[in-house]
Amino acid sequence: MLHLVLFLIFGAVCIAGAINLLVQRHPINSALSLVVVMGSLAVEYLLLGAEFVAAVQVIVYAGAVMVLFVFVIMLLNAGEEEETRGSRVAILFGIPGLTIGSVLLAWVLIARSGTDAVTLGALPGSPRSIAQLLFKDFLLPFEVTSVLVLIAIMGAVVLAARPEAVEHTKKEG
Amino acid sequence: MNVQTYIIVSLVKIVLTLFILLTGVAYSVWLERKVVGHMQNRWGPTRVGPFGLLQPLADGLKFVFKEDLTPPHVYKPLYIAAPMIAVMFALTSISVIPIGNAVTVGNFSTPIQITDVNIGLLVVLGITSLGVYGVALAGWSSNSKYSLLGGLRASAQMVSYEVSLGLSLIGVLILAGSLSLRDIVLAQRGAYLGFIPHWFFFKGQFFAFFIYLISAYAETNRIPFDLPEAETELVAGYHTEYSSMKFAMFFMAEYANMITVACLATILFFGGWLGPMFGPAWLQETVLPLFYFVAKVFVFIFVYIWVRGTLPRFRYDQLMAFGWKYLLPLAIANLVITALIVALRS
Repeated sequence: MLHLVLFLIFGAVCIAGAINLLVQRHPINSALSLVVVMGSLAVEYLLLGAEFVAAVQVIVYAGAVMVLFVFVIMLLNAGEEEETRGSRVAILFGIPGLTIGSVLLAWVLIARSGTDAVTLGALPGSPRSIAQLLFKDFLLPFEVTSVLVLIAIMGAVVLAARPEAVEHTKKEG
Repeated sequence: MNVQTYIIVSLVKIVLTLFILLTGVAYSVWLERKVVGHMQNRWGPTRVGPFGLLQPLADGLKFVFKEDLTPPHVYKPLYIAAPMIAVMFALTSISVIPIGNAVTVGNFSTPIQITDVNIGLLVVLGITSLGVYGVALAGWSSNSKYSLLGGLRASAQMVSYEVSLGLSLIGVLILAGSLSLRDIVLAQRGAYLGFIPHWFFFKGQFFAFFIYLISAYAETNRIPFDLPEAETELVAGYHTEYSSMKFAMFFMAEYANMITVACLATILFFGGWLGPMFGPAWLQETVLPLFYFVAKVFVFIFVYIWVRGTLPRFRYDQLMAFGWKYLLPLAIANLVITALIVALRS
């Protein structure tokens, strides 16, 4: 019972944060709303029994990724957004699209999911079971993903490094 | 245990832990002023109470009664929220740390810890990684170049050193096989040859310990890594524009973080509350463990102050180069070697 109440409260906080993220016009407020969304998502994971995922969600997203976002906003000293009236295309196609999408999603969820509530510990959420999944059952996809991330990092370095800086390090080394 | 007792016991524990932590914070400040004073051939505080022992109380009163200035042109919501965020996360992270073994009153027994979760270490890391928002937002919202530079330095430094800090702990986790801080302590029971304890520091994690200690100093913005508040360059860094209780909150957060770091070092590398046991059961179960834990934490706080009295400040590029080029490879090497040894043994 308490679980359900907490789940609903944090779900509401999560959605409120997401809406606030879009409504706010100052980038730093939007970034902080995103932190709230990440934090409440972590609590939802925790309530579903995936405590490891919850902790990683906080450490990686709220603690590292969003800090970099805030860092960049601070560095660029980004000001308030200009208000636009929105494009007509978005209104014409976006609203019907969104309605159809959410109806479909709701229908699939209602039709497919059972009536059993998820209980604590029913999902593979402990560090041990996640390690089993990552390093035993899905070892190859996991490692391939890490190579993909490495390629992304190298791409970022190549794109970010200015040619003169590369020349400079070549001379030094 | 029924729900009512659980809630009452938890509330009592929370209040007691907060009280002890805040007293600890106040007296670490006193200790720091006293010890640094003696290192610099001064007396430190002597006027208020015997040995200046009531100085923290006087300081607290002073902070309360000072005028709370809010400079014009600050971004108010975040300017007010930033010190609260800093102190909130600093105080929350103590909640999963086991301070001692257990208390037994009659036939009722409870561990000396607010709550024991099986991912305790990750909770502490997660909460401390959120603490950076207090500093970063304070720097940005103050609308002052010194504050902004301090905030930027702090966030860059904390994000960088968090990586080596996290990696240095994994060696311990491999040896202990658990993320629960209580289990990690219990995995260190016993001794080699009867007198060298099975603490992870002696079990081959001494490099990890020094990597942890160095990164932890950077995480808590202490000398030699106190660039976010380097007073010779940045006035006071991210809290330049803060006064009165808002400044005091940052101050409290810094010292509470120091205590948390010291607690973690004690638990992960020096056996937590373990130590030579003797005497009757109540002494063995409650008093001696508490005493050992507090004594070990005290040693770490003292080392903090000692380092502050000894070392000069790093230059900013040196700080970043040291973190990424030396500390991080060392931490990875330590992790790989520990994992290899454990894998070969099993």
